[in-house]
Amino acid sequence: MTKAALMKRLSPSRIRWRGVTSVIAFFVLWHLAVVLGVSGISELPTPVETLATFFGEYIADNDYWQSWAVSFQRVLAGFIIAQLLGIPLGLVFGTNRRFREMFFPVFELMRPIPPLAWVPVSILFWPTNESSIIFITFIGAFFVIVINVYDGVRSIRNEHMWLAQSLGASRLSIFRRIMLPSVIPSIAVGMTLGIAITWNVVIAAEMISSDSGLGRMTWEGYVSSTPEVVLIGMISIGLAGYLSSVVVEWIERRMMPWKETR
Amino acid sequence: MSDPAGQLKGHIRVDGLTRGFLGPDAQPVSVIEDLSVEFEPGLLNVVMGQSGCGKSTLAYLLAGYLAPDAGSMTIDRRPITGPGEDRIMVFQETALWPWMSVTNNVIFGPLVRNAISRQEAKVRAEELLERFGLIDFKDKYPGQLSGGMKRRAEIAQALINSPDIMILDEPFRGLDVMTRELLQEYYLKLFEDSRLSTLFITSELEEALFLADRIYVMAEPPDNITSVIEIDLPRPRTIDVTTTTQYLKLKQEAMHHLYAGLEVSA
Repeated sequence: MTKAALMKRLSPSRIRWRGVTSVIAFFVLWHLAVVLGVSGISELPTPVETLATFFGEYIADNDYWQSWAVSFQRVLAGFIIAQLLGIPLGLVFGTNRRFREMFFPVFELMRPIPPLAWVPVSILFWPTNESSIIFITFIGAFFVIVINVYDGVRSIRNEHMWLAQSLGASRLSIFRRIMLPSVIPSIAVGMTLGIAITWNVVIAAEMISSDSGLGRMTWEGYVSSTPEVVLIGMISIGLAGYLSSVVVEWIERRMMPWKETR
Repeated sequence: MSDPAGQLKGHIRVDGLTRGFLGPDAQPVSVIEDLSVEFEPGLLNVVMGQSGCGKSTLAYLLAGYLAPDAGSMTIDRRPITGPGEDRIMVFQETALWPWMSVTNNVIFGPLVRNAISRQEAKVRAEELLERFGLIDFKDKYPGQLSGGMKRRAEIAQALINSPDIMILDEPFRGLDVMTRELLQEYYLKLFEDSRLSTLFITSELEEALFLADRIYVMAEPPDNITSVIEIDLPRPRTIDVTTTTQYLKLKQEAMHHLYAGLEVSA
């Protein structure tokens, strides 16, 4: 095989083109569906109209970008607090049997409650609307993170701990140099799931109880019968979620350099 | 090969050792029952038996990872109460920590005990890695190494601590035949150069014969060690020894011990 052929086979450009094609095809099909009057979809604006509205009224609009910023802040706050509290709690569940036996049952009873079911209590409990939205966002990621970290601790291989013990490591260095790195992949899974859930939750919470954010903007588009706004809101949420996932994945790769190079 | 002056380190004595587990129907099942055995220092002692006969359990007990239900174990008259750096184990599946480079895996022991400085540890690690043909891989992660390289890295990781005993629990299992033979020769050379007391667990007769000074044939309780076979093949050994008549005679004898009492049902 010549070098050129090898380069061509290994080059990622073919795959990228497929991705671009599929996104373009999506918009073309949407356009056709509206123009040809497919039932249900014909009520919607075409992508051309939506884009026209977006570039005409939104791209330079401060309020629109303010919605982005507000939603991002909420996601970030909920997500970070969930990590800061969830990772230690998962570690304690995994390492301290007495603590686990006392508190894990309560945790397991609360875990199946959907984040949105916390909305009423949250509004009653927290002094400001903002803090209650952040709390609900936090709840969305918290349980997933704890359960993943706990599971990560439980699946640490015996050999990894034993070897460190044989080599004379203290409990503290076993914790820092063996247990923590062992759990990093599970923390990463918790982050991936957590960021997706926080976006789900924050949008719903904004629709219910906020006067700002991308969720609120989308809801207002519905209430005011301007479907372009609904679609711009939806696409914005999709992009925001996608961007967050990209950032989280980038952070995860930095956390696990040994998984990069196989 | 005896040790009249008592200079050699790593003399293991096991007396009345018993260890059981809870079986599937919550009944205690003993894996090792009233086992008494002695492993002399400076020898390559091989414990051989079928899977499930308790040989890994014996290794874990001696390493200090499991506590016995009854009986005593000593090394050079010191009782074994837990894991210690006087005896390092090489596991069936790699125990290298995947998030540390090969070098960091090797220097973990000395560093964590504050035995020597990081610089010194690195120098010693590089000597060992050079010797095991891994120097070009010192900054790689274990996930980037082949199975055979991982095993060599693990042996380096153990040796840097100058243990009195090496315990190897089916270390070359799952490797392809050529890699396996190569590693057996590696370990033989290492042993013949250092006479490092070794307890080598295996289920393969050829491996046992090629490496051992003594083979301890192990069976399920209540039998435990059923026979001890002296392997007086000359050292240093190379793979050529496996074609000699002396080897074949020993193999025949070993097979006789192994299959004694086993009934073949068609």
